[in-house]
Amino acid sequence: MSEIQETDVVIIGAGPVGLFAVFELGLLDLKCHLIDILDKPGGQCAELYPEKPIYDIPALPIVTGQELTDRLMEQIKPFGATFHLGQMAEKIAKQGEGADECWIVTTDMGMQIKAKVIVIAAGGGSFVPKKPPIKGIEEFEDISVFYAVRKMDRFKDKKILIAGGGDSALDWTLNLHPLAASMALIHRRDDFRAAPDSVNKMRGLVANGAMDLHIANILGLNGENGVLESVSVKASDSDAVYDIPCDTLLAFYGLTMKLGPVAEFGLNLHENLIAVDTEKFETSTKGVFAIGDINWYPGKLKLILSGFHEAALMAQEAFRIVHPDKKLRFQYTTSSSDLQKKLGVA
Amino acid sequence: MHIIVTDRDGNDHTLEALEGWRVMEIIRDYGLPIKAECGGACACGTCHVYVAPEWVGRLYPASEDEIYMLDSAFEVEKNSRLSCQILFTPELDGLRVTLAPGSES
Ligand SMILES: Cc1cc2nc3c(=O)[nH]c(=O)nc-3n(C[C@H](O)[C@H](O)[C@H](O)COP(=O)(O)OP(=O)(O)OC[C@H]3O[C@@H](n4cnc5c(N)ncnc54)[C@H](O)[C@@H]3O)c2cc1C
Ligand code: FES
Repeated sequence: MSEIQETDVVIIGAGPVGLFAVFELGLLDLKCHLIDILDKPGGQCAELYPEKPIYDIPALPIVTGQELTDRLMEQIKPFGATFHLGQMAEKIAKQGEGADECWIVTTDMGMQIKAKVIVIAAGGGSFVPKKPPIKGIEEFEDISVFYAVRKMDRFKDKKILIAGGGDSALDWTLNLHPLAASMALIHRRDDFRAAPDSVNKMRGLVANGAMDLHIANILGLNGENGVLESVSVKASDSDAVYDIPCDTLLAFYGLTMKLGPVAEFGLNLHENLIAVDTEKFETSTKGVFAIGDINWYPGKLKLILSGFHEAALMAQEAFRIVHPDKKLRFQYTTSSSDLQKKLGVA
Repeated sequence: MHIIVTDRDGNDHTLEALEGWRVMEIIRDYGLPIKAECGGACACGTCHVYVAPEWVGRLYPASEDEIYMLDSAFEVEKNSRLSCQILFTPELDGLRVTLAPGSES
């Protein structure tokens, strides 16, 4: 396990609200580390609707999910926050007493960060792969059925079947094909929403007999004790039902949001959301805040602008916790040369 | 005006339908379990329904976006649609749909 890193605030979730929290905390000189399971910042805006327009961000009559993310990244640049992407925040633990009290956040990769304050900006939960509702699939998971590729080596000399029609399915078909014993792709229709170049390469391999393409739907998995022997499928254009021999199934049906480890943090929940007060947006545990889509209070609206407001109020209390001896001064960015210096514009 | 929705357990529910609402919104508002994770943006595929055969031809055909998004749904059939992409109009009074696997909230 690597050395414990230290900062003022750990933000769990790098969606729009977690990003803007960096700004509000930064104005108060608080340093942040962000953790997100996605490999990019922006949360729902970047993952679910990068190209779609948002019309209710104050003063931005129209902005797409990706543009909003890019602009937030630009806005928080002066504060040099540290990003830990592709990692799941799994555990939080309190350490020390009184003035020494602080938190240790641990990720699924064993990374640890120590901070006085934790801000949970986990939105709709962490993004995880969708699991096909196939009967008994759990038995095969992590033995023969996978939803992501972490180490390519693991798939060497395997008889692989890949399900899906998007970029992940096509990319992994092409990447794993050279090391697999055999490769097949299954998709519900003979049309793919993936980069045309990848689709052409895949069709080339099929034409050369180097891999199989099945236009069909998966019906069930056959095998014992999690060891896959074949997958039963039904052809899309006929009622033909047949088995595809394989020992590995990789399913790529996109991502979905699951509350995940945040549910186990020991905080008071309200219907799977974290209950907070509306003055500081603090949870039932001192020093742990929740802002954005993940929190609940009477009248809560899951809007980006509400999350921005929550970030500003949270930052005030976070400051008091990190610097109990310092006085908090209210200032405008327009007129404060101090704030402008932090922003690098003065 | 109403629509009839069969849930994942096979029970039928008759739901009052409002013109201008999407079928997903009618189902969600009634309180039937439907994930509809993206809130109707055709970005998640978790509002997947099967349309009763007699209704399939009476709906606006699916857009290319909807067909693409159905790729991330499960057990997609010829009568599969994303219910957030079906706008309710008086011509659809009596529409019958069945919630598909993977749409559970
Ligand atoms: C299609 C669509 C359209 C929308 N349109 C609008 C609109 O027009 N206007 C508007 O105001 N809002 C809109 N919204 C809602 C808006 O996107 C959300 O309110 C906003 O994304 C919430 O931001 P957030 O930062 O709280 O959470 P999110 O954007 O959900 O980000 C949370 C992040 O936390 C990560 N995470 C969670 N748990 C963990 C963990 N344990 N470890 C690591 N990472 C974790 C997740 O992976 C995710 O990236 C829309 C939403 C959708 C889906
Ligand atoms: S609600 Fe997400 S695609 Fe319909």
